[in-house]
Amino acid sequence: MTALKLSNVCKSFGQVEVLKDINLTVGEGEFVVFVGPSGCGKSTLLRVISGLEEASSGEVEISGNLVNDVPPAKRGIAMVFQSYALYPHLTVRDNMALALKQARMPKDKIAERVAEASRMLSMGDYLDRRPSELSGGQRQRVAIGRAVVREPDLFLFDEPLSNLDAALRMNTRLEIARLHRQLGTCMIYVTHDQVEAMTLADKIVVLRDGKVEQVGSPMEIYNNPANRFVAEFIGSPSMNFVPAEQLGGPVGTQIGIRPEYARITKNGRLPGTVVHVEKLGGDTNILIDLSDGLSFTSRQFGQYDIAIGDQIAIDFDDSKCLAFDSEGQRV
Amino acid sequence: MSNARANPFNSIAVHVALLTYTAIALFPVFVILINSFKSRKAIFRDPLALPDGDTFTLIGYQTVMKQGDFFLYFQNSMIVTVATLFFVLLFGAMAAFALAEYRFKGNLLLGLYLALGIMIPIRIGTVAILEMMVASGLVNTLWALILVYTAQGLPLAVFILSEFMRQVSDDLKNAGRIDGLSEYTIFFRLVLPLVRPAMATVAVFNMIPIWNDLWFPLILAPAEETKTLTLGSQVFIGQFVTDWNAVLSALSMAILPVMILYVIFSRQLIRGITSGAVK
Ligand SMILES: Nc1ncnc2c1ncn2[C@@H]1O[C@H](COP(=O)(O)OP(=O)(O)OP(=O)(O)O)[C@@H](O)[C@H]1O
Ligand SMILES: [Mg+2]
Repeated sequence: MTALKLSNVCKSFGQVEVLKDINLTVGEGEFVVFVGPSGCGKSTLLRVISGLEEASSGEVEISGNLVNDVPPAKRGIAMVFQSYALYPHLTVRDNMALALKQARMPKDKIAERVAEASRMLSMGDYLDRRPSELSGGQRQRVAIGRAVVREPDLFLFDEPLSNLDAALRMNTRLEIARLHRQLGTCMIYVTHDQVEAMTLADKIVVLRDGKVEQVGSPMEIYNNPANRFVAEFIGSPSMNFVPAEQLGGPVGTQIGIRPEYARITKNGRLPGTVVHVEKLGGDTNILIDLSDGLSFTSRQFGQYDIAIGDQIAIDFDDSKCLAFDSEGQRV
Repeated sequence: MSNARANPFNSIAVHVALLTYTAIALFPVFVILINSFKSRKAIFRDPLALPDGDTFTLIGYQTVMKQGDFFLYFQNSMIVTVATLFFVLLFGAMAAFALAEYRFKGNLLLGLYLALGIMIPIRIGTVAILEMMVASGLVNTLWALILVYTAQGLPLAVFILSEFMRQVSDDLKNAGRIDGLSEYTIFFRLVLPLVRPAMATVAVFNMIPIWNDLWFPLILAPAEETKTLTLGSQVFIGQFVTDWNAVLSALSMAILPVMILYVIFSRQLIRGITSGAVK
């Protein structure tokens, strides 16, 4: 069975077309991540799935039911927002219980579910506090707990970790991954953080300007991008592009080389000058100006000794590079 | 900034300026208060002197209590002001929520139309309003005043409140929708508490002109049983003789309730309950 199926979904705000003919099938229990540049329509797509926005055309199916005309509360979904969106006047316990109360669930069942969720997310200590008395990380936990107690068929996350600091982000990311394993429920997750996308996803959906550019597993997308946009967007530092004729290829096409495949040698095919070095400890990013003015990034494992101004050359295995035609499609 | 705060001269200068302003603003009130306790002769002889053993008298207050139905006027003013504030806040907030929250055709035009009332004084329409009130039989009822003041207060209320409602987090409202709250619950339970400071501002802006208004009570509800305090106090002001003791005493007493309302609302203004909702 499919957890979510979008068929020809379009969404416009007045004249502005934000989503253009989105087709997507998500299987039971999959973790799907939407990535794309800011303003490409990720949040809008999530809101269409949740029912907060109506699709201008097309069909949204959740667990096999057409839900175009079903209000958000009845779609069997739960959503976690970037800004937590906790009810300020309610305690943590009541924040989690509210949706169940609205659905007229018996009291003892509600208490049971809240207890279970708070155990799962270890929030027992602050069940009776109000959101204003919690830290950012705790608030996001409560927001996740509020989604968990509803036992939805589909979880929707809209950049849930963007407001957290780096360490907390990592912890919460692991927590979400663990939650997904435990619950086995399908999750849809919006982010523009590469690491979150690569580490969490079973399936990544790359969006650009309201269109799906590519759908695939993280490694598939990384190793085998469908076009130049995806190749450039996924991976950090991003892929280098060199006109093919420089390397003896056909005119007009581009060769893409990932930074980690670019070796630094004395006399490789692409000579240049080192202009900047970023030493991260674990690896080293080296920014190079090629002789014809192009910028190029090479990523070396470990602590690589090189100085700004060094004359070097780049070389790479032909098997590791990708070719794109003048439209940016893979060839 | 922290430098400016730490500098004692700056701090003194600020306090001197604020205290001077306070003194100037409170001076008329002070003069009214002290003179309301003085005999008529003393008021004219030395208006700025404090009442002493010779000049102290409660004659003004006694006159007010005896003459006219002071407490009825008081009650009328109170009913009109409180009822108006209630309606202005309720309808103003609802209209503001609709304008801020829902996309529909003519949203912007409707917003502009509602805001137009800020620039057009309602008194221009007095004759038409009076005709309407006569036709509907509302003349000499408190409803006439409540309706007119509500109409007068709504434009600014909608204008201010819709601005504030736009700032209430969309995520919060959406979370409510996903949890199955009705739009009314979202409005009353989630949004209104967060715009409470703005509501208090609107209440204060509306309250004082209504309480002090003489125009509409005189025209729409001059009957004895619907007189407001401001209108009622006018009986002491004659064309030839004015009973200054009574006027000053009535004014002094009229200050009290507005002050109480003001204190209630300004506490709302200060109370920050928004933290923890988002971020
Ligand atoms: N209510 C609206 N009315 C008009 N345009 C809108 C509305 N909501 C979103 N848009 C437009 O739709 C586009 C997509 O917005 P959306 O919020 O989905 O982007 P996003 O991919 O989530 O971006 P980000 O990564 O910055 O969150 C934007 O260009 C935005 O201006
Ligand atoms: Mg977004």
